[in-house]
Amino acid sequence: MSESSSTPDTIHSDAFLARLMRDQLKLSVACALCFAVALVALPLLNYFQPAFMAQRVFGFTLTWLILGVLFFPFVWVISFVFIKRSIALEDAEAKAAQDGLTK
Amino acid sequence: MNALLAAAGIDPWIAVCSLATVVITVGMGFWTAGKSKSAGDFFVAGRSVSVGWNASAISGEYLSAASFMGVAGMVMATGYDALWYPVCYACGYLFLLLFIAGPLRRFGAYTIPDFAEGRYDSPVFRKIAVCFVLFIGFFYTMPQMKGAGTTLAYIFPGLPYWAGVVVVGAVITLNVSLGGMKGITLVQAFQYWLKVFAITVPIFVLASLVGQYQQHLAANKTAQETVAAAPAGIERKALPAKAPTDEAWIAPFGKLTTKALDASIIAAKTPEAKAELEAHKKPYSLLYTYSLIIALVCGTAGLPHILVRFYTNPDGVAAKRTTMWVMILIGVFYVFPPVYGVIGRSLTPELYDAVGAKGTDKVVLELPTLLAGRDHPLLGSILSGITCAGAFAAFMSTFSGLLVSMSSALAHDIYGRMLKPDATPEQRLKAFKWSALIVGLVAVGLGSQVEALEINFMVGQAFAIAAASYFPLLFMSVWWRGMTMRGAATGMLGGGLSALAAITLTSISDVAVAKAKKITDAAELSAYWADHPVAKAIADSWVANPLVRILCEQPAIWAVPLSIILMIVVSKATASTVPADVRMKMLVLHAPEALGLKQEYIKEHEGLGGH
Repeated sequence: MSESSSTPDTIHSDAFLARLMRDQLKLSVACALCFAVALVALPLLNYFQPAFMAQRVFGFTLTWLILGVLFFPFVWVISFVFIKRSIALEDAEAKAAQDGLTK
Repeated sequence: MNALLAAAGIDPWIAVCSLATVVITVGMGFWTAGKSKSAGDFFVAGRSVSVGWNASAISGEYLSAASFMGVAGMVMATGYDALWYPVCYACGYLFLLLFIAGPLRRFGAYTIPDFAEGRYDSPVFRKIAVCFVLFIGFFYTMPQMKGAGTTLAYIFPGLPYWAGVVVVGAVITLNVSLGGMKGITLVQAFQYWLKVFAITVPIFVLASLVGQYQQHLAANKTAQETVAAAPAGIERKALPAKAPTDEAWIAPFGKLTTKALDASIIAAKTPEAKAELEAHKKPYSLLYTYSLIIALVCGTAGLPHILVRFYTNPDGVAAKRTTMWVMILIGVFYVFPPVYGVIGRSLTPELYDAVGAKGTDKVVLELPTLLAGRDHPLLGSILSGITCAGAFAAFMSTFSGLLVSMSSALAHDIYGRMLKPDATPEQRLKAFKWSALIVGLVAVGLGSQVEALEINFMVGQAFAIAAASYFPLLFMSVWWRGMTMRGAATGMLGGGLSALAAITLTSISDVAVAKAKKITDAAELSAYWADHPVAKAIADSWVANPLVRILCEQPAIWAVPLSIILMIVVSKATASTVPADVRMKMLVLHAPEALGLKQEYIKEHEGLGGH
């Protein structure tokens, strides 16, 4: 990268950093919320709807099936989406920053 | 030879499988020793570990004795609530991935103390961070040592507890000092696959012969059912009086979360007081559950021996992909230990009557031997040998990881940065080997002292302390520009130490109560309590204030916010001391690596004569 020897004002501006962090945080918080909602909701459902959560599904109780088995794939899906989006975000940022340098 | 082993009460298959695990571990250590040469190889495996290897190695390191034996035992002992442990152990990684993994890797440093100093330009803060690495490390080492001691005593009846601690400690210390991080990466990756094999194969064979997971679960009646919906042909032995009832075991908010209040209900004098406490049971259980979730999820994201592995990835993208794979690998593993707990409840209920290492913690090792009594003596022995090998792999791999991170802290941070900053790479390498030896000795010494404490309890302590100290530190340092060194240090110490104090209070009284329970003579019992006035006072106050007891036993729900609030308040008060080049630091943490900011940052610092 020959450009980095010139003064790369775009990258070092406060606006660039603020946008960078905001975009990354937005993505992370959105994914964390999906996860947190499930973590908060399951004990609440157990608390207020014990009979519903105790019904049998394939021999498991519903709540046992969710916590002991289904929770793992659910988290895999969230992390897969996050990784795909965050890598795309990085590529876009790197490209935008380098375009800004050459202008 | 066989006759000799049989005479000593040792199953030859179990002995052979366990020995093979140890021999392969040592062999791999020697083999990789020739390949690990530079200091970089020792500390961060040359930063060139591929995603597949690294994910297997992190998973291998993470699945400890508590996961392999403790989770199954706890599910059997307390039922549904114990499922939160494997789920949160696995899902804590999501937090690591979302908020910490990428930035930490981009910042590039050998250890967490490196990050602490680099982010705040403060050598003092490095010292504080080093102390915490060692502190949490030793806390987490003790239960691994306990696992080693009890498993060896199980395999070789008659062997004293300390012998297992010494043998395992010596093997791993040798391995780490031979190959460092690069050496153990291979060993731990191998041990992950061994553990998965050891937990899955026996349970599949067993389930095909005695009935499936869901069939055994169906044999437990819920509060809504009048008779158990058990399918025909599922065998179930009678439960001893000590075992929880079906309804309490299979439903949420059972024994694990209501223990504190149950003690108060028994002690209450009037029926009205009992009824009033009974009404609090469910809300307190809910509180306990949430606090446990916070401790486990945030604790995972803050364990120093796991964090150090992110530096072994070639780049930030690889760090993220690694975390994804770690979650899949450990998620797959954690589906299985509860199966042992559920089937164990049906077939080995006699374990409920024993306590500690001879109790439900043993179910993973004990269940396969059942087949021997069902016309499959050879199969039973082989499967039992496989689970024993898995248990060996479990505490050996976690201990290796802890040993590397603690030896790094000593050799890199204390020796290389504080005592002798101008040390040559050769001297640093030598220091690493000596540190491994010192840490190994201390760990063996500590491990031989904790026979009386429970494995899961000690692991819980390490998690709660990490959740209230490292997690807030890393999270806030990465995402908030306004953090100052004083704010970070106050928050980390305030949260971590108050969590530690709360947990210590509960353990002092618990150990005393456990001892008092063994005393049957009334006069002797009152003399015992008279000798332990502090423990008595604490135990009495728990009975009077069950809510306080829950908050001390599970401190994360208040300690994590406390730590974050302290960080914000103190940082605002000392806002003038925010590092001058904070924008550049934040850029390095967050900007894509393709922009090459890291090199620029290092050049700038060299220009200033820093580091």
